Amino acid sequence: MYETTYHRPSSVDEAAALFAKGKEAKYLAGGHTLLPVMKQRLASPSDVIDLGKIKDLVGIEMSGDALTIKAATTYFDILQSADAKKAIPAIVHLTSVLGDPQVRYRGTIGGSIANNDPAADFPAAVLALGATVKTNKRSIAGDGFFKGLFSTALEDGEIITAISFPIPARAGYSKMRHPASRFALTGVFVVKTKAGDVRVAATGASQNGVMRVPAVEAALKANWSAGALDNVTISTDGLLADIHGSSAYRANLIKVMAQRAVTAAG
Amino acid sequence: MSTIKLTVNGKAVSAEVEDRTLLVHLLRETLNLTGTHVGCDTSQCGTCVVHIDGKAVKSCTVLAGQAAGSNVTTIEGISKGDELHPMQAAFRDNHGLQCGYCTPGMIMSSIDIVNRYGGKLDEETVRHELEGNICRCTGYHNIVKSVLDAAGRMKVAQAAE
Ligand SMILES: Cc1cc2nc3c(=O)[nH]c(=O)nc-3n(C[C@H](O)[C@H](O)[C@H](O)COP(=O)(O)OP(=O)(O)OC[C@H]3O[C@@H](n4cnc5c(N)ncnc54)[C@H](O)[C@@H]3O)c2cc1C
Ligand code: FES
Ligand code: FES
Repeated sequence: MYETTYHRPSSVDEAAALFAKGKEAKYLAGGHTLLPVMKQRLASPSDVIDLGKIKDLVGIEMSGDALTIKAATTYFDILQSADAKKAIPAIVHLTSVLGDPQVRYRGTIGGSIANNDPAADFPAAVLALGATVKTNKRSIAGDGFFKGLFSTALEDGEIITAISFPIPARAGYSKMRHPASRFALTGVFVVKTKAGDVRVAATGASQNGVMRVPAVEAALKANWSAGALDNVTISTDGLLADIHGSSAYRANLIKVMAQRAVTAAG
Repeated sequence: MSTIKLTVNGKAVSAEVEDRTLLVHLLRETLNLTGTHVGCDTSQCGTCVVHIDGKAVKSCTVLAGQAAGSNVTTIEGISKGDELHPMQAAFRDNHGLQCGYCTPGMIMSSIDIVNRYGGKLDEETVRHELEGNICRCTGYHNIVKSVLDAAGRMKVAQAAE
């Protein structure tokens, strides 16, 4: 790891001011993506600004129709949350199959979506549930937040403060875990909104990162059941092909994971 | 450089280290606590697991600065003098180790698992919960046996306290 200067601000404003002063600053939340990348010398920030100790960035709130998870809340805290279990159990399930116990103690929801790894789990939940990403400057609709591999709508220095998930009528998540890395070989999040709309997002499958799956959405809108997907074919256009699986394999996984997610959603 | 103050195995510690120092390097190189190992570069193997404020974390993926002000427990800090921690004793009695490289991390993770699940542990849960710890020798079977055995012993030890 190259040399860097570590800062531990106690407020969002202080963090943003430190970022503005740094030559090539980076925020640090759980550090379970940034530190491995720094160890590999693929990132060499001049300043590392720790968001993990900012009290305003930690916590889970229920209000009316939404579950709001603040950005620096760890996966472990999400797993412990009675509100999350009650409002959107699919999010708790997603968290339970993310990484391993040590990763879940440190990693945060904000770090996950800011990083937008094409095989990460939370981007699928944000997109399928139509969540709103709140920052220190504005609110960004989930539909417009993810911009392809490892890129998002965030501007330089912008801090995610919270993610607000509308509570759905039903939701489910199913993922085929890569056995070594535990990231998604393909994971699918299915949602039936309270207004009766159906939204489906797949992660780990596309060359462009998380994506909606219109063919599955149309079939489930007509008939919300795993069987409704039996005859759906997913196009292999733009799907990932690597040593772990061909694009045809991933296309089939999208369907199978969607079926399991619908069964889990009930 | 920064001065990092924290508590390690019950003792207050203050160390002058570069900001890029990882917690594992502070422990091993500055404090000479070499029981905590480094087995990978990718945060995947778990040989470096210690407890920060009671939670099992990979000390190779935490900056020393992030741990400032916290309470860190390493493998050196769990026995009572010559009396092994019940988890250590169970690993010895069940042949839960061969070369021993992964063992400090396995034990620190396993204590955390028993703390979280108490008496409700079964084999499947132990296997799922040990996903963050890799062992190249044992095939895991005796590790799982050790953890289940220790879960029983830790319950007895707690009841006695
Ligand atoms: C062994 C291992 C297994 C893993 N398995 C999985 C898995 O199965 N599924 C999965 O989804 N992930 C997995 N991960 C990744 C893990 O979820 C990371 O913790 C997560 O991707 C990043 O969160 P973090 O809090 O650690 O962020 P950090 O590493 O601290 O930061 C990541 C990036 O986000 C930026 N950032 C962080 N917080 C904010 C914020 N509030 N506002 C703006 N920018 C911010 C940082 O500047 C940095 O660029 C795994 C990681 C490891 C080490
Ligand atoms: S050294 Fe491998 S996970 Fe820390
Ligand atoms: S005993 Fe050798 S690595 Fe586990």
